[in-house]
Amino acid sequence: MTEEIDAGFVARQIAESDMLSEPAPDRHEVGAARRRKEDARLITGRTQWTDNIQLPGMLYVAFLRSPMAHARITRVDTSAALHHPGIVAAFSGRDFAGEQGSLPCVWPVTEDIVMPDHPPMAVDEVRYVGEAVACVIATDRYKASDALEAIEIDYEPLPAVLDMTEALKEGSPKVHEAGNRSFVWKFAQGDIDAAFRDAPVVVERTFVQQRLIPTAMEPRAVVAQTDGDSFTLHSSTQVPHILRIMLAQVTGIPEHKLRVVAPDVGGGFGSKLQVTAEEVLLLLLARRLGKPVKWTESRSEGNLTVHHGRDQLQRISLAADAEGHIRGLRVDLLADMGAYLMLVTPGIPILGAFMYNGIYKMDAYDFTCTGVFTTKMPTDAYRGAGRPEATFAIERLMDELAAELSLDPIEVRRRNWIAHEEFPYTTIAGMTYDSGNYEAATDKALALFGYDKLRAEQADRRDRGDPVQLGIGVSTFTEMCGLAPSRVLGSLSYGAGGWEHASVRMLPTGKVEVITGTSPHGQGHETAWSQIVADALSVPFDDVSVLHGDTAISHKGMDTYGSRSLVVGGVAVLQACDKVKEKARHIAAHMLEASADDIEFAGGSFKVRGTESGRTIQEVALAAFAAHDLPQGVEPSLDSDATFDPDNFSFPHGTHLCAVEVDTETGGTKIRLYVAVDDVGKVVNPMIVEGQVHGGLAQGIAQALFEEAVYDAEGNLLTTTMADYLLPSASDLPDFVTDRTETPATSNPLGVKGVGEAGTIASTPAVVNAIVDALRPYGVNDVTMPCSPERVWRAVQGGTS
Amino acid sequence: MIPASFDYVRPASLGEAVQVLTDAGEDAKVLSGGQSLLPLLRLRLAYPSVLVDVGRLEELRGIRDEDHHVYIGATTTHDEVVRSPVVNAECPLVALATATVADPAVRHRGTLGGSLAHADPAGDLPAVAVALDMEFVIHSTSGERVVAARDFFLDYLETALELGDVLAGIRVPKLGEGWGFHYEKFHRTAQAWAIVGVAAAVRLSGQASGEGRRIEEARIGLTNMGPTPVRATQVESAVRGAGLNGGDAVREAAQNAAEDTSPPTDLHAAPDYRRHLARVLTHRALLSAAAAV
Repeated sequence: MTEEIDAGFVARQIAESDMLSEPAPDRHEVGAARRRKEDARLITGRTQWTDNIQLPGMLYVAFLRSPMAHARITRVDTSAALHHPGIVAAFSGRDFAGEQGSLPCVWPVTEDIVMPDHPPMAVDEVRYVGEAVACVIATDRYKASDALEAIEIDYEPLPAVLDMTEALKEGSPKVHEAGNRSFVWKFAQGDIDAAFRDAPVVVERTFVQQRLIPTAMEPRAVVAQTDGDSFTLHSSTQVPHILRIMLAQVTGIPEHKLRVVAPDVGGGFGSKLQVTAEEVLLLLLARRLGKPVKWTESRSEGNLTVHHGRDQLQRISLAADAEGHIRGLRVDLLADMGAYLMLVTPGIPILGAFMYNGIYKMDAYDFTCTGVFTTKMPTDAYRGAGRPEATFAIERLMDELAAELSLDPIEVRRRNWIAHEEFPYTTIAGMTYDSGNYEAATDKALALFGYDKLRAEQADRRDRGDPVQLGIGVSTFTEMCGLAPSRVLGSLSYGAGGWEHASVRMLPTGKVEVITGTSPHGQGHETAWSQIVADALSVPFDDVSVLHGDTAISHKGMDTYGSRSLVVGGVAVLQACDKVKEKARHIAAHMLEASADDIEFAGGSFKVRGTESGRTIQEVALAAFAAHDLPQGVEPSLDSDATFDPDNFSFPHGTHLCAVEVDTETGGTKIRLYVAVDDVGKVVNPMIVEGQVHGGLAQGIAQALFEEAVYDAEGNLLTTTMADYLLPSASDLPDFVTDRTETPATSNPLGVKGVGEAGTIASTPAVVNAIVDALRPYGVNDVTMPCSPERVWRAVQGGTS
Repeated sequence: MIPASFDYVRPASLGEAVQVLTDAGEDAKVLSGGQSLLPLLRLRLAYPSVLVDVGRLEELRGIRDEDHHVYIGATTTHDEVVRSPVVNAECPLVALATATVADPAVRHRGTLGGSLAHADPAGDLPAVAVALDMEFVIHSTSGERVVAARDFFLDYLETALELGDVLAGIRVPKLGEGWGFHYEKFHRTAQAWAIVGVAAAVRLSGQASGEGRRIEEARIGLTNMGPTPVRATQVESAVRGAGLNGGDAVREAAQNAAEDTSPPTDLHAAPDYRRHLARVLTHRALLSAAAAV
C-alpha cells in the first residue's frame, strides 16, 4: 500500500498489511444478480430466530383463548392451574386491568371514528374466538400448555356479529356499546352524477374480498427480559422501531429503557406490522416476575390470532360511453375491521381509495368506505394492504366492460389508460404518477404470451364444445407504494411520518458498516444495500456489512412494509454515502495539499482534477481514524447519517396475462400459462426482484384459488390448520414467465420503484378474469373467490348474473 | 400445538408389542410412521396415555411375492411401496395410489399399515384395499387372524382392530393377466386430501371385436364418499360388457357411482357435488384404467 500515510503506529500497521481494502472501481454492483449474502445463515438456520433464544431462568407463557365469539366473562378461577407441576403463576385479564392499557391504533381515519378500548387480555367481555383471556407461566412450554386446561372461566354468551351488512342494520346486536359502524370515509372528485346520467353503458358488480390469514413461515415469537431497570424485547416483528415507541406508550416503560430487537425474522407479509397483545403482556410479565419469559405461537394459534387480511364487500359501478371510454366510477365499500382497531386497521381500505381508478383516465370518481365491527379477529395490513382489493375490483370491472361492449379486454384498456407521453399525470384520485409506460409492458406481455394464438385456441374449444374450456385473464395494474411522503401521511391522519434513516460508517480498514432503519424479514436488504454502497463508495461488495433490526444499534427507523424499503430506505443509504464522500473529499484535499474544490472522486480515489495522483477512499478513512493530520475544523470521522423523506409515492406497474384451463365437468382449474411483465423502474438486483415477483404471484394466485378464512354461524374459525386453510406449494403453481420493462422513477435518485407487493396485487384479478372468461359461454360473469372447484362447477351449472 | 404428556414404549418384538398393548388397555395407541397420529396428538384431539412404537420392528417390514398375493409388511413406508418392483409388477394400483399420498416427506415416514389402520375414508389407500379385496393380517396375544377388506373398515376411523391387536401386514391378491389400473384423485392442492378419489382396475375382453374392445370385469373403490371406503358394485355390474369404442356405455355405467354412498360435507365440497364428482371421475378412471391394459 502507500508509504505516504504516516499516521502513527496502528495506522501504519494497517496500511502495510493486507487489511486495508482497495477500491473496486470497475464493477457495477447495482443491476447485478448478486446472490444474497444473508441466505447461507437463513437457509441453514445458523442464526438467531426469536424462538431459539434461551436465557438463564427463562419461563414459558401459554395463553388461554376465548372459545366464544362474543360473551361476558362472569367468573375466572386460575387457582387450579397453580397446582399443576412446574407452574409459576397464572393470571387473567383482571390481574392486568390496572396496567395493561389499550393496544394502539395510530390511524384514526376520520374525526368521529369509533375507536374502542382494546385490552391486551380480555377483562369483562370477549369479542372474538381466540382473544386471550388468561395465561399460565411455567418452567417449560409443555407444562404451561397442560395447565391451561385447569383454568375455569364462565361465559355468558352474547350474540355473535358476523355479517357486515346485517351488522349495520338497525337493531343488530352490537360488538361495542358505541355501535358497529367505526367510520365512514369519503372521497369525491368530478361530477359523478353527470358521469352516470344517460351513460350508454353502466357496469355494476359486487365483489367479495374474502378474509385471508397471513401465513409467514416463522410463527410469531416473543422474549421479554429485564435487569430491573431496563427492558429488552425480542420479537419476530417487521417493525422494531414502531414497536419500541408504541410499547413505551402502552406500558409506561420509558423509551430509553426499552430495547426492541427483531433478530432474523422469517417473513411477515404485513402480519408482523403490529403491536400485539402478546408483546405487551410478555413485557408486563417480565416486569411482574423479574424473570425472562418466552412465548411462541403454534400454527393453529396463529391462524386464530395473527391479524387477518382483506375481508371487504365491494359494490362498484362504472359508467362509460359507447366506445368504452370510462366516464365515472363509484365505489361503496364495507370493510370488516373485526372486533377491534389494531395498529393501522382503519387505514388499510383507505390506502385502496387512491387505486380504484387504476391506470385509467376518467372524469369523476366517488368513493365511500364504511368500517364495520364484527366479532372476528381484527383485520390489518396484508401484502398489498388495500391496493390488491382496489386493483381486483377495477381490473375485474374492465373485463366486464369489455364483455358488455364485445371488445377485447386489451383494447378496452388501451382506450382508457394514461399514455406514456402524458406522465407525470395527476389521476382522478389525486395521485401524481411520476412515470410509466403501459403500452410497452403490455406489448411485451402479449408477445411473450402468444395472445392471438391462445385466443384462437379458445375459440376452437368453444366451437367444439370441449369440456375443458380455455380462459384468458388480463390485469394491467399499477399500485402506490414506497410508504410514504410524511406530509401525505399527515393529511390522511396517520400517526407518524414515512421517512427512513441510514448511517454509513467507514471503519479504519476501509470496510463499511451500514445501519439501516428498515427491518428486513426475508427481502434481502443486506445484499441490495451492499450493492448500492459498493457503487456509491467504489468499495468491494464483500467489504460492506448491513446492520438492522435492533433499536440499540439502529436507533432510528420506520421499518419495513408497503414496498418502502428500497425506495425510501435504500435512498437514505445512498444519501448517507454521498455525505461520507463529501467528508472524505475535504480530508483528501488536505492530504493532497489541494483545494477541496479541485478534488474529484473517480474510480475509488480522490484526485486533483487533471492529475493521476490521488488517495483511495480507504486511505482517507484510515487517515481520518489516525487523525494526526486533519484539516482545521474537520472532525476525525467519515461516518454519516441521512434521513430521507420522499416527495411522492412509488408507482410500479405491469401487465399480467393468465391462461386457465377450466374443466367444466369437475370445476377444476389449471393455470396453463402465466406471464408477468413488471416495471419496477431501475433494478438493483434482478434476482431479488424475480424472487419478489414469484412469491407475490404465488400469494395473489392463492387468494384467487385457494385461501379463505371461514367462520361458522357461531363465529368459530373453521380454518385453524393448514389442512383446512389451503396454501399452494410449488407443485400447485405453473412455471411463471417473467420479464420487465424499465421506466425509471423520477421521484428518487436511484430511479427505483417498489416490488414487494406488485405480484400479489396484479395476479388475483388476472386469474379470476381468466376463469370468468373461460365460462362466459355458460352465462357466467363472476365466480366468488377463492374459485374452488365446487364454486366453479356450481357457476357452470347455474351461471351467475 | 403441544401434545399432552404420554408414555412411550418401544417393544423389541411383535409378541412383546401385543402383550404391552393388551396390558395397557384402552388408552394405548400403536405408533408407526406417526403421520396421522402425531397431528391428532398435537391438536389434542387424542389423549393416549401410552404410545407403543412398532416402527422399528423388522418383522413388520418388507414386501414379499407369495404366489397368489403380494405380502406387504404393515410398517413398510409409502415410499418403499412406490419404489417396489414387486408391487409395480403385481399390484400396480397400490403403487399408483400411494404415489399420490401427500408429499415426499410424508411418504418417507408414513406407512401402508398405519394409513389403513387409521381408516380415514379421505385417505387414498382404503379405497384401493376394498377394490382389490386386500386381506389384513392381524396379531394379538391369541395369535394371528386374517380379516377381509370388506370386513375391516367399520365406520369413520373405526376398524376391526380390537384392543391389543397389531396390524402385521397386508395381502394384496394378484389379479392375473389382462388388467389395467388407475387412481383418479381430485383435490385442491397437491398436499390436500382427495375431495373424491376413484381406484379402478379393469380387465378387457381378449380380442377386439367389430366394435372394439369391451370391459369384461372392473373393480372400483371410492375415496371420501362415506364414513368408510366404498366399493362401487353397481358400476362394476353395469360396466360389464361395455364397449370402449363409440357409444356412451362406460359413461352410463359410471352414472351409478354415487349409489349407496353417503358423502360428507366439509369446507371443500357438499354431498351433491361429491356425488357428481364420483360419476365423472369414475368414468375417467375406467377409461384410463382400460387404456393402461
